[in-house]
Amino acid sequence: MLNKLSLTEALKGLKQKKFSSPELVQSCLEQISKLDSRIHAFLHVNPGALKEAKTADISKPLGGIPIAVKDNFLTVGLPTTASSLVLDGYMPHYESTVTGKLKEAGAIIIGKTNMDAWAHGSSTETSDYGVTRNPRNPDYLPGGSSGGSAAAVAADMCTAAIGSETAGSIRQPAAWCGVVGFKPTYGRVSRYGVIAMASSTDSPGPLTKTVEDAALLTRIIAGHDPFDATTSPLPVSDHLSPLKSHLKIGISKEYMEVMQPEAKELVLKAAKRLEELGHLVEETSLIHPKYSIGVYTIVQRSEVSSNLARYDGIRYGHDRSYFGEEAKRRIMLGTYALSSGYYDQYYNRAQKVRTLIIQDFHKAFHKYDLLVDPASPGPALKVGSTANDPMFGEMQDILVEPSSIAGLTGISLPCGLVNSLPISFGLIGPQFAENLVLQVANQYAQPNI
Amino acid sequence: MDVAHVAKLANLPLKPGEQAKFQKQFEETLKTIAVIDELDTSHVEPTSQVTGLVNVTRGDAIDSSRILPPPKSNNGYFVVPSIFDAQ
Repeated sequence: MLNKLSLTEALKGLKQKKFSSPELVQSCLEQISKLDSRIHAFLHVNPGALKEAKTADISKPLGGIPIAVKDNFLTVGLPTTASSLVLDGYMPHYESTVTGKLKEAGAIIIGKTNMDAWAHGSSTETSDYGVTRNPRNPDYLPGGSSGGSAAAVAADMCTAAIGSETAGSIRQPAAWCGVVGFKPTYGRVSRYGVIAMASSTDSPGPLTKTVEDAALLTRIIAGHDPFDATTSPLPVSDHLSPLKSHLKIGISKEYMEVMQPEAKELVLKAAKRLEELGHLVEETSLIHPKYSIGVYTIVQRSEVSSNLARYDGIRYGHDRSYFGEEAKRRIMLGTYALSSGYYDQYYNRAQKVRTLIIQDFHKAFHKYDLLVDPASPGPALKVGSTANDPMFGEMQDILVEPSSIAGLTGISLPCGLVNSLPISFGLIGPQFAENLVLQVANQYAQPNI
Repeated sequence: MDVAHVAKLANLPLKPGEQAKFQKQFEETLKTIAVIDELDTSHVEPTSQVTGLVNVTRGDAIDSSRILPPPKSNNGYFVVPSIFDAQ
């Protein structure tokens, strides 16, 4: 049962020599072989994981810990495909900064997890290698695009996982699978070696069993990187230092309007708990999140059309006939939005509305320390739900798109069940307010305060 | 929206039936995103990045440690498909 341990518990157990890293890794591998033929969280399981565990340096910050990594992080020695046949069998020649930091901290990459192809989606159904199923109920989707990572954590196939978020791709699958998903501020964690989706919002981050684990992993992967010019030079601090004061937290009525009634009830109950913890929670107003769908769709498609232009099959990978339907749709819509005569109508206008949304958040954070922001309007949907819905992802991610296009930090954590499926509570904070978001989330998650 | 033209611009070969299918879907998507036209943006500057960082530079040093070995090479050059007809 070592596979069930949280990261914090596993580290403690290893350091106290209650068990060894090979035992921990073996326990996760057994869980994978038991469940993954049904769940399909992994695209590749690291065949050298057990061997690496035998020589792991337990004195390091993540020494001997098995971590699952989304398949859009380049990993030397493990295939990296971003779940697209264009990159089928591709072996990276260099390491992403995030996985490099994990390895340096002593972690073992137990495998690469399934995702929506190129991270285009919120279901994991657009993966060219087949859907991942939700461990809470395999008839349901895990969410996405980091659906494999969320499912691997929820099914205890790893101690913790890494995902990436462009708009909801960490927080929404975490919500649907009932785990913790944390999106650091854009620029807090390096994008170097992450297969690019929308470069102005791509943010790597952890999916974990507890808030404490998310804080621990973030501290290791965050920081300035000379290979990513958008990373912040601001120092990374201890994300779980205790809260010094009671905070003012806003809850937007426009966001609550979008919630399904039973899920909304649970979110309001969670907000009530924050009040019981001494914080002031107050209804406020934000720009309606429907506008973010328009902005995000245009900006994301435009950046995708540019980023995926490099896949020509000449230097690596297969040619452009290997792109799946969703990737083709996104590349084409982006090409259209950027094309001569339409640029002002779509791309430029969307970037102006983006400014309005950022200004609206600035105003809100002048008054409130944090805002309530659930990652999903309701519980997971059934496998097959994305068929013939080219805007599925945007509609599911409506509540996390505003914070993503503004580059904010946010967390999603379980707050109850509807029809036995997890519902998420979420908080967002100003840029680089990781500490506040994690501290309040951690306070909320503690059973007896 | 001229789907065939955009596919050509994006260098994407379409499968039979995709052109008609995408045409319908793009029209729906464009209708959904038109919601942003409701907001007045006449005096607003566009935002293309959110870091607040400007003019980030690095040293002018060559790092050849991560150069890819080409899948097909000839005398140290990449072999690429020809762009002119052979005749």
